[in-house]
Amino acid sequence: MSILSMTKTLFKNLFHGPYTTQYPIKKKDYYERTRGKIEIDIDACIFCSMCQRRCPTGAIQVDKANSSWSIERLSCIQCNYCSEVCPKKCLHMDQQYTSPSFGKVRDEYIKCTNTQSQGES
Amino acid sequence: MGNRTIVPFGPQHPVLPEPIHLDLVLEDEKVVEAIPQIGYIHRGLEKLVEKKDFQQYTYVAERICGICSFMHGMGYCMTIESIMNVEIPERAKFLRTIWAELSRMHSHIMWLGLLADAFGFESLFMQSWKIRERILDIFEETTGGRVIFSVCDIGGVRKDISPETLQKIVGILQLVEKELKELTEVFLRDTSVKARTKGVGVLSKQAAFDLGAVGPMAKASGIELDMRTQGYAAYGQLKFKPITDTKGDSYARTKVRIKEIFQSIDLIQQCVTLIPEGEVKVKVTGNPSGEYFTQIEQPRGEVVYYAKGNGTKFLDRMRVRTPTFANVPALLETLKGCDLADVPILILTIDPCISCTER
Ligand code: SF4
Ligand code: SF4
Repeated sequence: MSILSMTKTLFKNLFHGPYTTQYPIKKKDYYERTRGKIEIDIDACIFCSMCQRRCPTGAIQVDKANSSWSIERLSCIQCNYCSEVCPKKCLHMDQQYTSPSFGKVRDEYIKCTNTQSQGES
Repeated sequence: MGNRTIVPFGPQHPVLPEPIHLDLVLEDEKVVEAIPQIGYIHRGLEKLVEKKDFQQYTYVAERICGICSFMHGMGYCMTIESIMNVEIPERAKFLRTIWAELSRMHSHIMWLGLLADAFGFESLFMQSWKIRERILDIFEETTGGRVIFSVCDIGGVRKDISPETLQKIVGILQLVEKELKELTEVFLRDTSVKARTKGVGVLSKQAAFDLGAVGPMAKASGIELDMRTQGYAAYGQLKFKPITDTKGDSYARTKVRIKEIFQSIDLIQQCVTLIPEGEVKVKVTGNPSGEYFTQIEQPRGEVVYYAKGNGTKFLDRMRVRTPTFANVPALLETLKGCDLADVPILILTIDPCISCTER
């Protein structure tokens, strides 16, 4: 029974600096596994649409005809499922999250290899 | 008989004090009756099984709740694994147990902070959440997420924890244990805390049993009800005894939760010594056909998952009975006869999670 049970903790805190990180002066260190955002190595993509079919939120759109792969950044929930199913392992999770935005952004990546478009036509 | 008035309480912010609405029938300052109403944050997650296949639904199941996210994912995966007769590797079972116990710790520490906040002890609230941060850091390091882990999968777990990291976790937990010992003294001994919790909202053992209370609510009233004793995941190989108390008041519920945090630390240490080497995931092929129901112990109590598969990749039905839903009748019982000023604390002592309840 006491009313001074916090005193020890309070004194400790008095001489300890802030526990919070002083963002943005000091940036947070990410861990190796931190899931920030999905990145694509578009040159390796074969536009098989596997990622689009498996994505639980439907954030990814693959357009084989135009060799384009796009992602709705705000829909993506960083579950990493797409990168697990990709047969070419061209998707990976980056540690830095996307920067804030005012509206919905769809990031589009287009593969520009002449050899492939020639081969298809 | 004094004047009867009805005071509407809530709904408030989904994090806390939770979007539950109560019509409090008051006689002067005393609550005579409380009429609950829920349904403010229904998200239709159970209906989503018709749109998302059973593998994708793992991610939806995790999002039923932000605090027990790992356990929701685990409960769903266990149900589907049982339907499909999948036996997961031993190492995966231990990893699941470790993450589940870490979830329990961070949930209970968060709750302690919120309790302090509810009776206006702000510095105690901040201290609790400071300690909780260490556990969130462990989560981020081992799973990649701080709140939603996306690490439990049908057939095991997606990520392994290296032996060095396991040792590091034990080290951090020893530090957390030391800090918590200091902090929980305040919860258990401080006069002002005791004044708000001791003898408030007493739920007798019989009432707890009759009203179907679960989790710390039932344990604090002397009912030894802990689903972990069924031995799912690796719990069958660990030594522990459900923590109970006899008083049934808010103080007893606080005490049970505090003891559970230390029990979780002990369970994780046991896991680290017992964890075997090996695979963490088996490949799952085919679609679930049949039905099953699983019970697991969440920080808030027993949760029930039911799933019914029809042989296609979409489930027929998926149902969750969450602990808060089971605890609402018991809450209404404790509210009867209490002071209006005690209502927020009493609602808090069931550790409500209305987001899970409405899904
Ligand atoms: S799964 Fe991989 S290869 Fe296939 S479309 Fe997606 S990113 Fe490209
Ligand atoms: S991380 Fe998940 S939500 Fe995001 S694009 Fe990949 S599969 Fe879709």
